[in-house]
Amino acid sequence: MSIRINRRQFLTGTAAVGVSFTLPNGVFADAGKVNFYNWDTYIGENTISEFESATGIKVQYDLYADNDELFAKLKGGNPGYDLIIPSGDYIEQMLDADMLLPLDMSKIPNAKNIDPAFMNPSFDPGRKYSLPYMWGTIGIGYRKSAVDGEITSWADMLDSDKYAGRIALMNESKTVLQMALKYMGKSLNDWTDENLAAAEALLIKQKPHVTAFAQDNGQDLLLAGEVDLAMEWNGDILQVMEEDDDIGYVVPKEGGLLWEDAVCIPKGGENFDNAHAMINHLMDGAVGAGIASFINYATPNKAAQALMDKDYLENPAIFPSEESTSASEASVYAGAEWVRKIDESWTRIKAAG
Amino acid sequence: MVPLGIIFMYSFGENVSLVEVKTTWTFDNYKRIFEPELMTLLWRTLWISILATAICIVVAFPVALVIATASPSSKAWLLLLIMLPFWTNLLIRTYSLLNILGTRGRLNELLGWIWLRTNDFLTFVGAGDLGLLGAKFVPIKFLGTPGGVVLGIVYVSLPFAILPIYSALERMDTSYLEASMDLGAGQLQTFFRILVPLAMPGILTAFIITFIPALGQFLTPELLGRGQVDMIANVIQRQFKGANDWPFGSALSLMLLYVTFILLALRAFGDAARSKREANL
Repeated sequence: MSIRINRRQFLTGTAAVGVSFTLPNGVFADAGKVNFYNWDTYIGENTISEFESATGIKVQYDLYADNDELFAKLKGGNPGYDLIIPSGDYIEQMLDADMLLPLDMSKIPNAKNIDPAFMNPSFDPGRKYSLPYMWGTIGIGYRKSAVDGEITSWADMLDSDKYAGRIALMNESKTVLQMALKYMGKSLNDWTDENLAAAEALLIKQKPHVTAFAQDNGQDLLLAGEVDLAMEWNGDILQVMEEDDDIGYVVPKEGGLLWEDAVCIPKGGENFDNAHAMINHLMDGAVGAGIASFINYATPNKAAQALMDKDYLENPAIFPSEESTSASEASVYAGAEWVRKIDESWTRIKAAG
Repeated sequence: MVPLGIIFMYSFGENVSLVEVKTTWTFDNYKRIFEPELMTLLWRTLWISILATAICIVVAFPVALVIATASPSSKAWLLLLIMLPFWTNLLIRTYSLLNILGTRGRLNELLGWIWLRTNDFLTFVGAGDLGLLGAKFVPIKFLGTPGGVVLGIVYVSLPFAILPIYSALERMDTSYLEASMDLGAGQLQTFFRILVPLAMPGILTAFIITFIPALGQFLTPELLGRGQVDMIANVIQRQFKGANDWPFGSALSLMLLYVTFILLALRAFGDAARSKREANL
């Protein structure tokens, strides 16, 4: 297995120095095109070229590093994108801001391949605006030889000095506070002033023991031996697990975050039919298997799963155990008021110490 | 100027929906700057920037002096050496620092090696049992500390500090130095009373040109500070992304701009006072 830069990490760097790619309005209005805006390293090797040769539709493919970048780009008016893959809570946020078009399911026959368990998510009841692309969890990546027994609880990471100076948290305000809520036995969508204050206090207390609030590179710190516990996306940990057998991944018993990225059509795109053709292509079993085997995230596509091997289907970092997923939850858009309160709380955590 | 105007309008605005900001001429965004946690971060930003700038100038001065007094052919080479790092992207330079400064990085590897050799030597001369250097080498923690951030800022801004001081020293008439020594001033006295004052315009430029970008640093705190030593620009960045609060982000960034203006104004006053003094001589 080759080493790949993961989808999020690659562009974070470029975005951080202020480089970004902007599409001028209306440049891609050709009938035979589709403007696809996706995460970096988040598609199969031949997915696009197969689509182009099968349909004759040209794909203009652009990349973003995170949901915030996607949202910021579309916020001022869609610069011409026809197809995007946001995460669940951002889909809800975009629906709230009236930025998405309903999908025409009659043009997507391959939607039947999707596992029925994914067809009624809280962020898009009844699947009117989105179709699931990949899903996964946030949990703890750890160095097996450096920890005492097995890691089973968030306590080791969030409420203990046992691994002081060997812990990396994410640099994502909402996610880290949500994991603190899970540790305290609350729902990660249960935003009240009291819960937020308790989570904030917990993190401020733990901050001296934390080595890094990693900007999407917790897995690299883990691999380099700079930390022994890292809060991360399962796919990111999976990549370093391929390089180092001593690294494990667990969704703690209190549960973690279940994420799902889904294909959507933003308002303001001009190639509505071509976007549907592309979605139908992505939902195809063989195409889905091609993507899943290349990027190693869990596919919700039954037809694709049927084509995958045991290594993939039985990997606990891709498909976690039933117990840990049942304790986990999907993140719901908290509303503008709470977005602000969460950010203010994060600023206080960052200013502390 | 147009983007600046838009930021100015935003800074007096409110989010009316997720995608819309309305300018209502509210001062709320500016009031929020005075929350204690933001004051803490502003203070941290200030002292880190001042310390980094001071170190830059102290290091840059002798380097600039060496270049200014070098022979013309080696001068070109020395200047090239100073400029060379600029041909590499800032991000790549910062990542390379990560590799050097980590607890298992190159620098700690070197320090560990030195520790080992020194310890061997101490054992050799019979002082090994005294444990003068501790029982084992403890790597120095650079990353995730204010020191690491200061180091990172010094590294990226040093050339900016060297060049203006160099150009001031280069234009200087060396006969002043000879005159000072002839008239009985010592080396130190000549340095502080003749050389430094003559180079002062260059030093001031170096100060401004390193201090102002340091105030707006967000990449260094994020990577070398490991998110543990956030500065004010990290808060600004969040407002335009995750927090989706462009009005507050605008107010914060204008606040930095005002600080910059004040510094430039002070500089202009200083220059005016200087030329007046010189005219009176």
